[in-house]
Amino acid sequence: MTRPHAAPAGPDADTIGRPAAPGDGTTPAVTPPADLRRHLASRLDGAARAWFDQAVDEATTHPGTHGPISVWELRLAEAGRRCGPEHADAARVLILHAARADAEALTRVYHQGTADERRAVLHALPHLVPGPEALPLVEDALRTNDTRLVAAALGPYGARHLDAHAWRHAVLKCLFTGVAVDLVADLARRARGDAELARMLGDHAAERTAAGRTVPEDLHRVLALTEAAPAQGAAGPDVPHGKES
Amino acid sequence: MRIFDPHIHMTSRTTDDYEAMYAAGVRAVVEPSFWLGQPRTSPASFFDYFDSLLGWEPFRAAQYGIAHHCTLALNPKEAGDPRCTPVLDALPRYLLKDNVVAVGEIGYDSMTPAEDTALAAQLQMAADQGLPALVHTPHRDKLAGLRRTLDVVRESALPVERVLIDHLNETTVKEAKDSGAWLGFSVYPDTKMDEERMVALLRAYGPEQVLVNSAADWGKSDPLKTRKVADLMLAEGFTEDDVDRVLWRNPVAFYGLSGRLNLDVTAPEATHEGNSILRGQPRDAPTPDTADAAGA
Repeated sequence: MTRPHAAPAGPDADTIGRPAAPGDGTTPAVTPPADLRRHLASRLDGAARAWFDQAVDEATTHPGTHGPISVWELRLAEAGRRCGPEHADAARVLILHAARADAEALTRVYHQGTADERRAVLHALPHLVPGPEALPLVEDALRTNDTRLVAAALGPYGARHLDAHAWRHAVLKCLFTGVAVDLVADLARRARGDAELARMLGDHAAERTAAGRTVPEDLHRVLALTEAAPAQGAAGPDVPHGKES
Repeated sequence: MRIFDPHIHMTSRTTDDYEAMYAAGVRAVVEPSFWLGQPRTSPASFFDYFDSLLGWEPFRAAQYGIAHHCTLALNPKEAGDPRCTPVLDALPRYLLKDNVVAVGEIGYDSMTPAEDTALAAQLQMAADQGLPALVHTPHRDKLAGLRRTLDVVRESALPVERVLIDHLNETTVKEAKDSGAWLGFSVYPDTKMDEERMVALLRAYGPEQVLVNSAADWGKSDPLKTRKVADLMLAEGFTEDDVDRVLWRNPVAFYGLSGRLNLDVTAPEATHEGNSILRGQPRDAPTPDTADAAGA
């Protein structure tokens, strides 16, 4: 076995790297499902491709709950070993999409899921849940210290529905736990003109400086974003793209 | 040297242990679900534990470059507690998960009828889901326990070649080997096996289908016992290939029977070089300080 990619950060590690684009720039929470499916299909080998096509067909034909465990939920569980870990997020999002999972179903599979399945549910939220009813899942993920879940919670759905206080704390948590803020959806719009976030960032920088520690570069980047003139209603939820009058 | 610890309870260990294990050559572990020292009083308590073995613990391990898989089951000690037995109803749903590479630990503790029921039911679940099974042998009345265990395995739908019998010693190794099962040995500071006796058994019975583990947990135990056995094997004339076979290829072959073993450690991609566990960084370390994050 070769040396793993995930050796712990040493004291000389570069803390705030830019995010490697997941896969090759196709992010499951943002890419429209049809594009995501085309993209994934072109990357799966024969057996994985056949398994995936069947899983999506089954989910399309038999959505909802049936039997002790619905067949699409079973496929959701095994997607990692069938498609490979690098394609699992996309495969799971597409299975959830094909099954037209609503907030209730997503909540169930989130709570019954592994960390990988929970991440996929968070990625699927913007595609499947128009309103704020799945927000408790985002809040649950933000309570964890699993950085992959924290990052997924701050996708487009979290950006749309988290209130200002929760969103600010989530951004600060990214700086604490090493989640690159480039992964935070809609960061510039929500940070713009947010004086309270600016205060929190300033205090955090002061605390680190007092302890003789460096201030993460990401903190300065977010701080700069807060200094832009506020967009109307920018700090609140439910203002996707700031287009509301 | 690459080491696979096929039985270790990392939930009970610290990040110092992960660091020391990586330095000693450990690159993969399997964490069987077991009891936590304090008896549980409801199935929900098990489910949180299973979720941790499928979420937080592999995340922790990955940050130290170690691949983490688990085995899930209702353990023998708690199989006799009627408050816990509903876990059996939910178990099939958990056994579907990607990181689950066997049903286990199952087996006997006090050899009661309730333990008979749980053991037989869970061997059937393993057969149904295409998983192997990790079956421990009891600490008390071990030889009788082994014989009764092998009888139940033979009566089950799971072929004995897909069963790992664990916590073996001088008194039980021969019958276990004759059964055709895989052979597990736990090396402890005071109880169970020690390094010298382990090497003697390897000499007497050969390295075929033998797995050596630390079974380190919340009791007096040592997560580096696998490495210590490897070192003694080399000192006593075993080859590098023998060591690799016992401490890497045999566990890979056994848990590989699940078809779910993935030994590439995936970096938590959101963190890049930072992470949420390496608290108390050296003063000049650029990694974000996370001392307060745990309370968030």
